Amino acid sequence: MTATLTVAVWKGDADGGFVEHDVPQRANQTVLDVVSHIQRELDPALSYRFACRVGMCGSCAMRVNGVSRWTCRTHVDKVARDGRLTIQPLANLPIVKDLVTDMAPFFDKWERAEGPFVPSETRPADDDFAVVEPAGKQRSWADAAQECIGCGVCYSSCDVVSWNPEYLGPAALNRAWVQMNDERDGGRPARLRAVSGDAGCHACHSQQSCTLRCPMELDPASSIAGLKRLSFKAALRGKL
Amino acid sequence: MNRANEVRLWAVMRLTSMVLAFAVLVHLITMIVVIRNGLSAEEILARTRGSVAWLVFYSVFVVVAAIHGSIGLRNIVREHTAWRGNSLTIAAAVFCVLSLWLGLRAVQGLFA
Ligand code: SF4
Ligand code: SF4
Ligand code: FES
Repeated sequence: MTATLTVAVWKGDADGGFVEHDVPQRANQTVLDVVSHIQRELDPALSYRFACRVGMCGSCAMRVNGVSRWTCRTHVDKVARDGRLTIQPLANLPIVKDLVTDMAPFFDKWERAEGPFVPSETRPADDDFAVVEPAGKQRSWADAAQECIGCGVCYSSCDVVSWNPEYLGPAALNRAWVQMNDERDGGRPARLRAVSGDAGCHACHSQQSCTLRCPMELDPASSIAGLKRLSFKAALRGKL
Repeated sequence: MNRANEVRLWAVMRLTSMVLAFAVLVHLITMIVVIRNGLSAEEILARTRGSVAWLVFYSVFVVVAAIHGSIGLRNIVREHTAWRGNSLTIAAAVFCVLSLWLGLRAVQGLFA
């Protein structure tokens, strides 16, 4: 293990470039620790995002040696190559400054994929909750997909997003799949229409970079395959 | 093209790929088996001339390959260029017809 890391950090907007720093290496150091060290000690103007530092908020994602990761839970030991780190903002999103990307296009697509829950009833007078069978098939599919922290790692790792800027991308489609499996949701037919076609699930190549990279170990590629199935069934019945 | 038709094209693509997986396998095995004694036109024609089984096999192969290929080409063009819309769909259909014509002519040559 070398005592000093050589860290190239992106500075500026899309036309910017890398600036190199020497950072002391420490035990159990995370990539976020490295970025914080640079900002505190070497370059106070460096912009980056983080909040929870424990893998819950999804705000600290960056590309580290070319691979999109959550930096607060990525140990330097695991990713440094010959004592070197290259840290860039996420791909497929506009760069605001340094390591900060504009996440608006990413979350706009959640809206376009009709991600929000659409209530089908108001609360009944007797105040009964809707009963969703915990062991039900749909319930378990929704469970498997719903712990997304909105970090954008999958979106940054998806080639189809970079080729087709209209493509809704793995996270928004994964969210749509969760809601397609919520039996209380009244917006399912409209949502299925919103996620079908060239900008939706049918653009996905199923090569699973999203699934490989998702730090929450979700499987957006399978969620998208589920949407393709639903969409096909609806098209057969003439209901798309 | 509307959304439902796009989904139908996607489904056709999936169905043709299943047939293709089988057809390509047969094709590869045949190739490997028959070229063991060298490759000659006479030998190929001796096998296929008048054989209804090979006629049906290669005709199906050509039809699914033409359909699968033209839908796939349309997808690739849309992914990598700005070309979209009806003109692209028509171009893909023309490509399909062209492949069918060339392919079926070749099959006819093998049979008769
Ligand atoms: S499987 Fe689909 S969504 Fe996931 S990275 Fe590949 S193309 Fe993108
Ligand atoms: S699916 Fe995974 S990688 Fe994608 S935004 Fe959600 S948590 Fe991040
Ligand atoms: S800082 Fe919250 S997930 Fe990394």
